[in-house]
Amino acid sequence: MTSFLTRRRLQGGVTGFAVAALVLTTAACGGTTRGEEETTAGGDAAASANPDAEIPEGLAVGFLPKQVNNPYFSVASAGAEAATGEFSGEYTETGPSEASASSQVSYINTLSQQGTDVILTSANDPNAICSALDQARSAGSSVVTFDSDTDPECRDVFINQATTEGIAQTQVDLIAEQTGGQGQVAILSATANATNQNTWIAAMEEYAAAEHPGLEFVATVYGDDEDEKSFQETQGLLQTYPDLAGIISPTTVGIAAAARYLSGSEFKGQVALTGLGTPNQMREYVQDGTVQSFALWNPEDLGYLAAYAGAALAAGQITGAEGETFEAGELGEYTVGADGVVVLGDPTVFTAENIGDFDF
Amino acid sequence: MAVDTPPATPAGQAGAQRPPAASRLRLLGSGDAVITFVLVLFLLVAALSVEGFASARNTGFLLLDVVVIVLIALPLTLVIVTGEIDLSVASTVGLSSAVMGQLWFAGLPLETVIPLCLLLGAVLGAVNGFFVTRLGLPSLAVTIGTLALYRGLAFVVLGDRAVADFPRSWTTWAISTIGGTGIPVVVVPLLVLVLVTAVVLHATPVGRSLYAMGNSEDAARFSGIDVGRTKFWLFVVTGVVSALGGVYWTLRYGSARADNAQGLELQVIAAILLGGVSIFGGRGGLLGVLAGALLLGSVRNALQLENVPADVLNIVTGGLLVVAVVAPQVAGWVRSRTRPRPAGPPNAPPARPAPDTRPSTDPAVQVPADQRGNR
Amino acid sequence: MSERAGSPVDTARPTATPTPAAPPTERPGRGAALVHRLVVVRELGILAALLLLVVVTVVANPRFLSGQNVRDLLISASILTVLAAGQTVVVVTRNVDLSVGSTLGLSAYATGTLLVTAPGTPVPVAVLAGVVVGALCGLLNGVIVAVAKVPSLVVTLGTLYAFRGIDSLWASQSGRLQINAADLPDGFKAIAGARVLGIPVLFLVAVVVVVAVGFVLRSYRSGRELYGIGSDPDAARLSGIPVGRRVLAAFVVSGALAGLAGVMYAARFQTLDATAGTGQELFVVAAAVVGGVAIFGGSGSVYGAALGALLLTTIGAALPQLGLDPFWREAAVGALILAAIVLDRSLSLRLARRLRGRNLRGS
Repeated sequence: MTSFLTRRRLQGGVTGFAVAALVLTTAACGGTTRGEEETTAGGDAAASANPDAEIPEGLAVGFLPKQVNNPYFSVASAGAEAATGEFSGEYTETGPSEASASSQVSYINTLSQQGTDVILTSANDPNAICSALDQARSAGSSVVTFDSDTDPECRDVFINQATTEGIAQTQVDLIAEQTGGQGQVAILSATANATNQNTWIAAMEEYAAAEHPGLEFVATVYGDDEDEKSFQETQGLLQTYPDLAGIISPTTVGIAAAARYLSGSEFKGQVALTGLGTPNQMREYVQDGTVQSFALWNPEDLGYLAAYAGAALAAGQITGAEGETFEAGELGEYTVGADGVVVLGDPTVFTAENIGDFDF
Repeated sequence: MAVDTPPATPAGQAGAQRPPAASRLRLLGSGDAVITFVLVLFLLVAALSVEGFASARNTGFLLLDVVVIVLIALPLTLVIVTGEIDLSVASTVGLSSAVMGQLWFAGLPLETVIPLCLLLGAVLGAVNGFFVTRLGLPSLAVTIGTLALYRGLAFVVLGDRAVADFPRSWTTWAISTIGGTGIPVVVVPLLVLVLVTAVVLHATPVGRSLYAMGNSEDAARFSGIDVGRTKFWLFVVTGVVSALGGVYWTLRYGSARADNAQGLELQVIAAILLGGVSIFGGRGGLLGVLAGALLLGSVRNALQLENVPADVLNIVTGGLLVVAVVAPQVAGWVRSRTRPRPAGPPNAPPARPAPDTRPSTDPAVQVPADQRGNR
Repeated sequence: MSERAGSPVDTARPTATPTPAAPPTERPGRGAALVHRLVVVRELGILAALLLLVVVTVVANPRFLSGQNVRDLLISASILTVLAAGQTVVVVTRNVDLSVGSTLGLSAYATGTLLVTAPGTPVPVAVLAGVVVGALCGLLNGVIVAVAKVPSLVVTLGTLYAFRGIDSLWASQSGRLQINAADLPDGFKAIAGARVLGIPVLFLVAVVVVVAVGFVLRSYRSGRELYGIGSDPDAARLSGIPVGRRVLAAFVVSGALAGLAGVMYAARFQTLDATAGTGQELFVVAAAVVGGVAIFGGSGSVYGAALGALLLTTIGAALPQLGLDPFWREAAVGALILAAIVLDRSLSLRLARRLRGRNLRGS
């Protein structure tokens, strides 16, 4: 009997939960479907820029990478810190220990709560951090994204490491040079929804079809920017496509893992590898002949430019509108393009000849 | 933590009726008092010493970060009190988020999508409940399995894509606050759920039966409690609430992804255990769990404001968890040393060695010891 | 650990007021032989599943069994196998070690740092250093579990966070966020590709570990006592087994093996940062459970766990060959765990029925 009572009550509890849950979820009006809502118009174009404004001293600059302890971002951070020093700002670096979509949100909140003037960030997910960035901006922070953009509505300026065309063409030209422009090519990317990688891959395929028709793109695999996964995906590629002529990996983690796999396998020197990598990680494989050439922009310059763009925003030199210009210290003058995008420049190609000149 | 639940003797009927009203009150009061005191103390210190901590805005940030943890902790506390565990909660969040994204992407209205997600949660919970109560398998192993299974299915459903074009009215509602207080709107329905759960756990025969099951399942069964059924429904509720957490998570971040809330189960369980709930079941209260979740959230929030790196936050989280389980043991040991009790059985906590009171779940091992059969 | 199977049909267990079951060191009767046969059958089952998977995959892609691919597969499995062997030792005592992934990361980073700062370090010393780091982590776990008598699930969940935090704090404070292949001495890097009679050395290491652990668990009194502890800790205590010391030792072994796995990781991947081994605990526990190690202790063999590790690794490698999305891997792992525990349950129930039947006739 007790059991019966127990069950009853418990089921009552279940119903209670369900009712409360439904109340919670149907609080808004009925029948909301996809594509119904109008998208709000772009950023606040009302403010006007004053190109001659001085960068005030003591600007608080907060640097929020996808994940702390990531070597690529720590190089970018060094650049941002150097720039912040040049305009006498105060610099902090913070960030989550895992690169997940939501983990950056509480760090953005913290930066905003600390009264940070400039937030420099690279987004793990183009949308998940949007509302937090919006809140930070309405609280007075200027937001600069670099490396990985958010929805353009959520930030003031995006520092693009290079144009999509520049990156795509450089990599395709490198692989065409190494394979003689013929054969199967596979792509080892980061995560499947990494905004920048996907745009580059599309552009690479388009460019190759036009300029190097002998190259056949057979597969795109995802190493999730994890060393082990990238390593295993490379291994899988070579099993699945025994006639593979080359691999392009437009991510620093991927290319290093792929190079390490190739250098220890029977495919060394047989399968060409190029992509975007850091000289320090790739030095060994360039020297042992696994890799002939690869490319990358200088992440230090990227961070440096991002910090200067943030300072220009905070000072009111720019608002993020197309056509505005600002000075970025020793990198010279930059112009804001469409959608508030600032392009860093063309990537550098590293080969056995010049790799010794770089240390990052 | 001198909680006064009956000792785990399989003495039979008495077990279920043991905690009278007075002791139930004490359960709410003393058992949770320590962690609540620590929380209040921490909030005071942080408010005085951490710049920007005590403000309406920061309160909002802090609360938003713990909402889902508290939400899932409610049913999971009940599950743990009965001596079971559900490690699959965060994967349920991920799968319901992925399904929500996929259905929304397919053009279904949100008002249909959300009940479907909750239904999915019920099914996922029922799968756990079936394996645990009908097949009699250990919930730890079952839910480690479904932790992997549900997360894997989330990736199968949505892949590495993200669905993000949820209506703005919904996503802004998810993070909106009540006037200028900084308190998120969602805290209100959450508080209702907290109250409902607290009443069920601490003021109804159902709640008492959960403690009875946690202390001695056999005793609970002898006293007429339908252990299997109760536990089954607890798993179902946990699934539904976790799916609700997935729906809210998706709206709060405006992004449906298969990897949403990955690893959240550890934070939820950490909050529950920090709140003084015994992992063996039978002990703990909801106030403590609430305090535990808020303490973890506040510590992270305050340390972030002080620019303490994420690595240290992880060490602090892990350390707190270990301290939370070791401290009562040490306290009990010290108490038993300084004030030896002349009569009666010793207080439960220190005397309770790690995994005991429970015969093996694996008869294969038990049998060879005492069987001497010959054909 | 949580407790109670909550089984409505679990009539096979002894009553809750036990005249403690005699320790399993008594005369092994025919029942024990039957149990042993069950374990063997169980392991043959995994082996059959593994073979089936390989055959299906080979049909889809004959290159799956090429020399290079099999070597890669064995190397991939070896790290998980060593972890699973350590986990088995802990799990049979009715405990669990969730911190192995973090321990692996810490040990890998420590070994890497040692080799970078002192490139002349002989390889055996580097290996030893990694093992010692792991053993220290295990010692900490073991002391808290055995001395403070708190549940290992909670303790190792805490140290999972803490060891990882120490690892990444170390990496960021030392300014060496990543250790690259170019920084490591050639002698160490050679381990990854080294082979004896065509078999990768890393895999041989795993085989040696499994055989050694299996031998100790089976043939030493202290090893068999671990099973006794897992079956019934109270009975074990009453029969004079030093439960605390044995459990402590089990954690040290698990830690040391996670440390060894860390060294193997460093040798194989040669790019080390503070995230090495993140999330491995799931696959390690899965390998043990799939291999027939009961999560509540007292039964299961290290050979089964090793086969479980091999099966999980093969699934990961086979999915792309079968044209399935790699996303299916985690779901497959989950389904396998469920299948394995259901199978174990039904096997043990059947066994219990048979033994009971005989008991009735015998008495």
